[in-house]
Amino acid sequence: MDAKYARRRHTNTVAMTLCWGAALFGISWLAFILVALLWNGVAGLNIAVFTEVTPGPGSTGGGLLNAIVGSLIMTTIGVAIGTPIGMLAGTYMAEYGRYAKLTKVVRFINDILLSAPSIIIGLFIYEAVVVPLGHFSALAGSLALAVIVIPVVVRTTEDMLLLVPNTLREASIALGMPRAYMIMRVAYSAARAGIVTGVLLAIARASGETAPLLFTALSSPFLSLDLGKEMANLPVIINNFAGSPYENWRQLAWTGALLITLAVLTLSVGARVLTRQGAQK
Amino acid sequence: MNSVANTLADPTPGGDALPAKLRIKNLKFFYGATLALKGIDLNLYDKHVTAFIGPSGCGKSTLLRVLNRMYDLYPNQRAEGQVLLDGDNLLDPRLDINLLRARVGMVFQKPTPFPMTIYENIAFGIRLYEKLPKSEMDGRVETALKGAALWNEVKDKLHTSGLGLSGGQQQRLCIARTVAIKPEVILFDEPCSALDPISTAKVEELIDELSATYTIAIVTHNMQQAARVSDYTAFMYLGELIEFGPTNAIFTSPKNQRTQEYITGRFG
Repeated sequence: MDAKYARRRHTNTVAMTLCWGAALFGISWLAFILVALLWNGVAGLNIAVFTEVTPGPGSTGGGLLNAIVGSLIMTTIGVAIGTPIGMLAGTYMAEYGRYAKLTKVVRFINDILLSAPSIIIGLFIYEAVVVPLGHFSALAGSLALAVIVIPVVVRTTEDMLLLVPNTLREASIALGMPRAYMIMRVAYSAARAGIVTGVLLAIARASGETAPLLFTALSSPFLSLDLGKEMANLPVIINNFAGSPYENWRQLAWTGALLITLAVLTLSVGARVLTRQGAQK
Repeated sequence: MNSVANTLADPTPGGDALPAKLRIKNLKFFYGATLALKGIDLNLYDKHVTAFIGPSGCGKSTLLRVLNRMYDLYPNQRAEGQVLLDGDNLLDPRLDINLLRARVGMVFQKPTPFPMTIYENIAFGIRLYEKLPKSEMDGRVETALKGAALWNEVKDKLHTSGLGLSGGQQQRLCIARTVAIKPEVILFDEPCSALDPISTAKVEELIDELSATYTIAIVTHNMQQAARVSDYTAFMYLGELIEFGPTNAIFTSPKNQRTQEYITGRFG
């Protein structure tokens, strides 16, 4: 008995050590990337980053104003288009069409879309919008981001509504509540924290995507608010500047990467806090 | 079938014909191809409590869920026959189902307060049918909570979440919510099975008080509860109505062998 127990303890120690080792290995690379990003990004952080546009080749200084504004505009429009579509689709799947064949088909396609490489989404919008219009535009960029947002929101909306207990639906219906009213007032309010979390995660996802914008909004050296023209944005600027021979460009790429990371981090933390609050209610 | 017909022929031994609020006629219910109710004939008498007892799977909850067409929410479930509420056939597809459910309220096994304040839980249902000024709404909420014997416990925290109440309080909140929209019939689907004995006693007392105003049907696994709260008892088995009659008759001198075996605890 004792020998058997000793062996069990021994096996436990080995397994624990392996788990710890694997976790440390994974986390250390993540920490390495974050530290490098912070170290290099903070070095270039100054007022000019937020007040000046991207510098031309060979010029000194410059900032990221046009890219920050462009990213904000396109992400906002993308989310504004994608969220309602995603929520309505998710609502159909969880509420009206829960047992329908169509729902299974939509869920399958949505899952594919969810994991589709974003460059394919970029190329799709390129063919569908950029080619017919004849030029790159912020509008095309926004549409590409909307396509990124839709499947994330569909998935979380459906999942969160499916978590709402059926007894709550029946209780609402038993009061004579029309179904649409039950969904809006009872189901959404029970699933609110989860759905908001999904939207925040979709924003985080969209704001870091490069490939969909590369083929659609391209980039621009100027501060532009015109949706019909090319528009600068952080991911593409980072992509263009990081591999350049100019010292100030590479510095701006680091700083831009830091800004995106901080934004995404803030959104993710916000999403987590909301989820926890929802769970406590 | 014979035994059912016999017991139904004279539901009240005294011969007093009570007005029936709900008349169930040859009701069949299907889950897909499975026949779950095999032709039920039964009356629910106005302002009386009728209890449904029987072993699990006998169809008593299914029957209750037909009476407000709750099964409509799910595919592959359908009912045949007639259920007449004051003469209107509930199973008629042309009937406005939301108005029907306003007339036939339901309280479930698990308390299901909405994720809102106590006040809103009640005002919400009222607002579906009536537009009331704030002061009048306050009055209605108070009346409903008093009607469910909950007012004294919650009057100082009306604007806190209904989910913060205890299980028994939540169940009484659900009863208050149902009563607030002034239904004619209230269906209770094992309302006490998730409650402690003290909460159970309060809910039973409440059912007794409510029976002065409403026609009540209650499904219960607890035979003592059926004996305590109901005026009439229906014993169901395998989708059939085996025996129906005044509660004390069913519990003291059941006519059917299986009823007797069930109430004496020999099966089920």
